[in-house]
Amino acid sequence: MAREVISTGNELSALGAFDAGCMFFGGYPITPSSEVMHEMSDLLPTVGGKFIQMEDEIAGISVALGASMAGTKSMTATSGPGISLKAEQIGLAFIAEVPLVIVNVMRGGPSTGLPTRVSQADIGQAQYPTHGDYASITLCAGSLEECYTQTVRGFNLAEKYMTPVFVLLDETVGHMHGKAMLPDLEEVKASIVNRKRFDGKPEDYRPYDVPMNEAAVLNPMFEGYRFHFTGLHHGPTGFPTEDAAQCQFNIERLVGKINTVAAENDGLDDEADYEEFMMDDAEVCMIAYGSISRGAKEAVMKLRNDGIKAGLFRPIVLWPSPAKKLKEIGQKFDKIFVTELNMGQYLKEIERVMGRSDFGTLHKANGRPIAPLEMVAKVKEMF
Amino acid sequence: MAFNYDQYLRVDKMPTLWCWGCGDGVILKSVIRAIDKMGWDMDKVCVVSGIGCSGRFSSYINCNTVHTTHGRTIAYATGIKLTRPDAHVIVVAGDGDGLAIGGNHTIHGCRRNIDLNFILINNFIYGLTNSQISPTTPQGMWCVSAQNGNIDPTFDACKLAIGAGASFVARETMLDPKKLEKVLVKGFSHKGFSFFDIMSNCHINLGRKNKMLSAMENLAWIDSITVPLKKWEALPAEEQMNKFPTGVLREVEQAEYCDMYEMVIEAAQGKRGKITQDDFAKKI
Repeated sequence: MAREVISTGNELSALGAFDAGCMFFGGYPITPSSEVMHEMSDLLPTVGGKFIQMEDEIAGISVALGASMAGTKSMTATSGPGISLKAEQIGLAFIAEVPLVIVNVMRGGPSTGLPTRVSQADIGQAQYPTHGDYASITLCAGSLEECYTQTVRGFNLAEKYMTPVFVLLDETVGHMHGKAMLPDLEEVKASIVNRKRFDGKPEDYRPYDVPMNEAAVLNPMFEGYRFHFTGLHHGPTGFPTEDAAQCQFNIERLVGKINTVAAENDGLDDEADYEEFMMDDAEVCMIAYGSISRGAKEAVMKLRNDGIKAGLFRPIVLWPSPAKKLKEIGQKFDKIFVTELNMGQYLKEIERVMGRSDFGTLHKANGRPIAPLEMVAKVKEMF
Repeated sequence: MAFNYDQYLRVDKMPTLWCWGCGDGVILKSVIRAIDKMGWDMDKVCVVSGIGCSGRFSSYINCNTVHTTHGRTIAYATGIKLTRPDAHVIVVAGDGDGLAIGGNHTIHGCRRNIDLNFILINNFIYGLTNSQISPTTPQGMWCVSAQNGNIDPTFDACKLAIGAGASFVARETMLDPKKLEKVLVKGFSHKGFSFFDIMSNCHINLGRKNKMLSAMENLAWIDSITVPLKKWEALPAEEQMNKFPTGVLREVEQAEYCDMYEMVIEAAQGKRGKITQDDFAKKI
């Protein structure tokens, strides 16, 4: 049975993690994400899970990665400056293929920026948070329900693809307080994905000896399957190598297991990668994600009242982008309007995928949400 | 019969990357003998290392091993230990790893008194990257990043560990592997954060530039700056400051972090009341 709750986005993200089987949280306080941590410190020990507040952001992710290496589902939560600090460890998670959910409740930047105000300026950071070549998975919640469901999904994708997964909330969504309808708990439990295991003889175990575009098979520690984790390039057992062919294969596999797989299967899982709102008969397509997609929906209705058939396309999986659908939209619509709380970070991806740049745009980076009427006025300028 | 190291090593990965005469190999063998003395099941042992020459330490031991990023060993190890309190976790870091870039984690690992065995391989230099000053490089020595001589004051790692609250703190050198093995066994047997400052040589990158061209000359210098604790205590103050005391410097019983976390679980599950100041003898 669906569950009706009254809560906040940050707290629902924590509940999603808990219901997804997360048993470890490591983190460091930072506005506007701290409530995720507060809630986890309450929830986890009720089922014997471990929670620890560490001495800094770097330790916050390192301890969570250690827990994941040991074999447990693990997460950390932070905001943009925290991601900047955690960047090197995120790189280790990519190359050593350690699953981890990283919730980023976005605030204004760069640097300390606007700590208590809303922003969507970490979209580029989520795609390339650290040095080197890799592919990132990034989900973006646009409602209270999605703070829950996308966090659950984040765990499932992390375990399936053996990689860190970003769940982006923005300050508005994270601190939004209200009623949410959560999916039936049994259904959530039935959807849970656990990382693959090798059950053969320990001496035959080669965790990183997997075909192109497949994820490593990492057994939990302390169960007889010994191997080596390293941030260095490594061969089949995890032992460091500088072999040119192996290194090239490693990177092609890291990128391919996400980007190629998503392109070939039109997404990374069976869940919705985007939402379409009033798109069937639309003549102008608005594109927005996260909290301002809510204002965009209102703008769609207002525009329709004024005789302009508007629709909204809202990506949920930002990386890898829903390219097939974006391309379709690019071909179908003459008028496309993109609005974001940054100076055009996702706009670049939309331009790249659609191969055009003749869009109406509205971008703000001043810590304030964009009012529906501002969007309406901008869209009208396109006619 | 000579001790057989093979069952503890990834023998197919030999020889090590370390230079001829490097102390890391002596420490590796001492750690293995100490593990053997403890009788630990290697499936239940995890060795975590950082970056630098000592970073390769974990990869040579045949157990669950993690080669982390620079300085973050204790944070990763804390996640592993907290997840599996039944595991034996050994952390290996260099003086740059553990005292410079990772100093914060060293402090807080000691403070939490989590049951990790932290081995600081202290060779007074950044060896792998060709001789830059580390927090333990003596003042007046010459390094590539101190072209006119080092003015940075020297860190006493054990004083830091004691000050931060580690419940077992010892210093030894790799000059006497038998003694080293004994102190390792003592620390491995101790419940709580065990901190080992193990002084080692880097004649290649410390010695070469400071008139200690051979391993033996570097070792003679280490011998000259260390003295057993009892003897050190008897020295006049002006001599004490130029010698490091060796042996077990602190060994106290103190609540261990994973044990304390059990209180959190019990409180959350209603098996006891909320944790209050009454649960702790120390109130401030």
